[in-house]
Amino acid sequence: MCLLHGTECELQKPNMTENGLGNRVLNMDTMNPNVKRVEYAVRGPIVQRALQIEKELKEGVEKPFTEVIKANIGDAHAMGQKPITFLRQVVALCAYPDLLEDDKFPEDAKNRARRILQACGGGSIGAYSASPGIEIIRQDVAKYIEKRDGGIPSNPDSIYLSTGASDAIVTMLKLLTSGEGKNRTGVMISIPQYPLYSAALAELAAVQISYYLDEDKCWSLDVNELRRAVKAAREHCNPRALCIINPGNPTGQVQSRQCIEDVIRFAAEEHLFLMADEVYQDNVYAEGCQFHSFKKVLFEMGPEYSSVVELVSFHSTSKCFMGECGFRGGYMEVVNMDPEVKLQLTKLVSVRLCPPIPGQALLDLVVNPPQPDEPSYATFIKERTANLDILAEKAKMTEQVLNTVPGIHCNPVQGAMYTFPRLSLPEKAINAAKEKGQAPDMFYCMKLLEETGICLVPGSGFGQRDGTYHFRMTILPATEKLKVVLEKIREFHKRFTEEFS
Amino acid sequence: MENLIASSGEAKRLNSRMANRHSHRHQNRVAVRAHHVQTGMWLAQALEPNRSRSVPSPHNNSWEPQGVRKPYMDVIDVSWGDPHGGGVKPLTFVRQVLAACIYPELVESDKLPVDVKQRAQSLLSACDGGSVGSYTLSGGISYIQCSVSNFISRRDGGVPSSPENIFMTSGSQRSLMLVLKLLVHNQASLPAGVLTAVPTYSSFKMMLQRLGAAVVPYYLDEEQGWAMEVEELRRALQASKGVCNTVALYVINPGNPTGHVQSRKCIEKVIRFAAEERLFLMADEVYQESVFGEGSEFVSYKKVLSEMGPPLSHTVELASFHSASKGFMGECGLRGGYVELVNLDPAIMKYAYTIFSTDICAPVTGQLALELMANPPRPGDPSYPVYTQETQSIRAMLVHNMNWVPEFLNNIPGISCQPMMGGAFVFPRLYLPQAAIEKAKVVGMQPDLWYCKRLLEEAGVCVGPGCEYGQKEGTHHIRLCVMTPVETMEEVLKRLKNFHLHFLKEFS
Repeated sequence: MCLLHGTECELQKPNMTENGLGNRVLNMDTMNPNVKRVEYAVRGPIVQRALQIEKELKEGVEKPFTEVIKANIGDAHAMGQKPITFLRQVVALCAYPDLLEDDKFPEDAKNRARRILQACGGGSIGAYSASPGIEIIRQDVAKYIEKRDGGIPSNPDSIYLSTGASDAIVTMLKLLTSGEGKNRTGVMISIPQYPLYSAALAELAAVQISYYLDEDKCWSLDVNELRRAVKAAREHCNPRALCIINPGNPTGQVQSRQCIEDVIRFAAEEHLFLMADEVYQDNVYAEGCQFHSFKKVLFEMGPEYSSVVELVSFHSTSKCFMGECGFRGGYMEVVNMDPEVKLQLTKLVSVRLCPPIPGQALLDLVVNPPQPDEPSYATFIKERTANLDILAEKAKMTEQVLNTVPGIHCNPVQGAMYTFPRLSLPEKAINAAKEKGQAPDMFYCMKLLEETGICLVPGSGFGQRDGTYHFRMTILPATEKLKVVLEKIREFHKRFTEEFS
Repeated sequence: MENLIASSGEAKRLNSRMANRHSHRHQNRVAVRAHHVQTGMWLAQALEPNRSRSVPSPHNNSWEPQGVRKPYMDVIDVSWGDPHGGGVKPLTFVRQVLAACIYPELVESDKLPVDVKQRAQSLLSACDGGSVGSYTLSGGISYIQCSVSNFISRRDGGVPSSPENIFMTSGSQRSLMLVLKLLVHNQASLPAGVLTAVPTYSSFKMMLQRLGAAVVPYYLDEEQGWAMEVEELRRALQASKGVCNTVALYVINPGNPTGHVQSRKCIEKVIRFAAEERLFLMADEVYQESVFGEGSEFVSYKKVLSEMGPPLSHTVELASFHSASKGFMGECGLRGGYVELVNLDPAIMKYAYTIFSTDICAPVTGQLALELMANPPRPGDPSYPVYTQETQSIRAMLVHNMNWVPEFLNNIPGISCQPMMGGAFVFPRLYLPQAAIEKAKVVGMQPDLWYCKRLLEEAGVCVGPGCEYGQKEGTHHIRLCVMTPVETMEEVLKRLKNFHLHFLKEFS
């Protein structure tokens, strides 16, 4: 019985257990071995268990809680954040242009929609676009970048729209990966990191070069650590790229300008391609913190660096104030890329045909929002400010509450959407986890899920220093719910510590 | 200072090795789309010196010139399978539901039919937080996985389909890539190989190249309407031994670019062959809705497999691909595709789930499009009359073009065209004068590519050159999309005929 449809969903008969699995053409021996090493914790085993529990709740199974709270993924709308009105109006107009006659839609929304539709084949968002994206949208993105970076020029031809930032990140890693054995491409990535990077590197069989962020200094980046990591890596691979996520995921740190300069200098010295993941660029909360784009800093360092350092920056419609994850909108800007390679990149992106047009349209509105003299401006600013202000409050609240729990230490959530607190786990608990064959923080998170319905992702999914344990929790649940979640974590941690003391 | 990336990824020249075995020259070319968009854009720029870039006019895929004098008013592009780009209109029901899902205030509107509002409400309640801006589960929204599996089951006369075996992605191209990622295991001595038809659209071959896998070409029989022969599959597989480890057989039915629709008998033979030779079957069925040829009928690989009974029905591993980009909907830009995985090892399914999850999820607008494709309006629904009228109109256009275009082409001296049974394209053969072939050599281009360039420049018509898809050595073809409004098609063929006759004269 298909619960969702209330109709008979014919389930396939069990079709293989009796017939000899080893006979399959595609089996564990023949499958691409690189796939075996791919893990993506954000959608990993704990999330699958959470889904199972949700099913059980629907079926009426008794639990100590009535709902599963998914604080595992950076999805604002899923947690109740409302879409920005203007963005949705324009995309709806693009989807069903008859609405252009409807006087319930403001004129500025209609103008944006008409402009986008004119740039679509056949005037429809159902037509393919050019593979790097719709031309006028790439131009708008370039203008946005120029404005953001105080006038530093941005060339639309260097902008590639993508299916979320993930698509662009994986494409670049593919482009960068080559060589065999000791000459195999090595890519530097922070520990902790967003596990898309480790998954992509595993699948490409590139070498992951981990550099540790300093938890005691609010997850900041120390160039000496970069130096250590790259020196060690040169023994067994060919380091070619350095990935940095700013503002950070899962750590929430916002790098200082000085730090960014240091990283750029380091990349220049070590001849590394810089990959700057800046999808949380509007999510900056802490006093004294500011987002500095890698490109801006690079150009302000003068031609010695700006004409030489190869850089790609990524952005997306999934985060910031709009949180439109489901639209899969994003872009990358490449700087100082070899023209021959750029040709190859253009060819590489053409394999996936084009990014979804609704996502491209949405991106256009993010980079080309209502202006002060336009009818939708007031509402737009109000909604945007409200979303960002609420996030800032929740970031502060989360840090404060978690830091009152003995055994949990939480760095300030300077930006992004997550907290990555450190857990003190009793020795007994660590042993119990080992017996189960689980990482101790997975053991902790699983127990938390079973007892409270709160789904977090264990720190082991993101990487952490040996012997330390963390979890990543989003700050996205609605404020009242977040308060409850934080309380439940406090109570759980106390129980857990007592149980395993 | 030397740039960091001097060459792209891991493209190995295995394809050349395979190709040389069959005297089939392979060139590392830019994809059809990129090339033609660039050529088209280059031309459009020449036509409009006063504008920085041209934009297509809203009503068909043509650019309006202002500058240089040409013997035509606009450029018409039928090189790509892009119905809306070519002027076909979206289905009203689909767009109304989509708009209401994107801007839920419309659900209160009295301007939308009741069934549209109800559908939007059901779909929104299946989205986390009631928003299409949320991520979904990696296989797709469960409600929609169910809709799709019910659709498959109905289509296949009751053959069971399980929602857990359905993965939605950004277009079927993404599903193809992810399945290939599971399959392609390149060993030091021997790369993986995939049996691929000649001709086949170029994006698939680029995907194989990108993964370092080899294309194992099998030739479709032009004289038999581009039919697939198992003996040819056998020959191709035999030839691949020692060159690569052939693991899969990729079939497109209805064919792209050929327009051939496989008979049930042929499908059975192919399945048997795959079982005997232990090949993973990849059945690309995105054009399944466009089958109107006399005596032609689409039957899915899954249905035939199921009806062949055990042991084959329980053991042959099959991936079937479908999409909202083609058929009546033509919603290429929404990027909605899916793969149904049949008879896979459960251990592999776990990895399939992981691999699909690194994209996080398919675009929600694409998933919605798939739901609407799976569950169109039914008789009695308020939207049914308009829906029927619109789909009948598209059907009439396709039926007309399917019959008329091959006939018209066959009447042009120096062009022959196989009958079109289904799909979206015709792939007529050009009999080019030897002098023209020589001239192309001098210019350094494949003869049909050169022909297409001249056709674009002199007649303002953009078609796909046969060399992009593959063809028997010494033959030349072009590909045209016939999912195109009749008036546009007529104009295209008129210009093509004029151009071709002049071309023949020039090189006679």
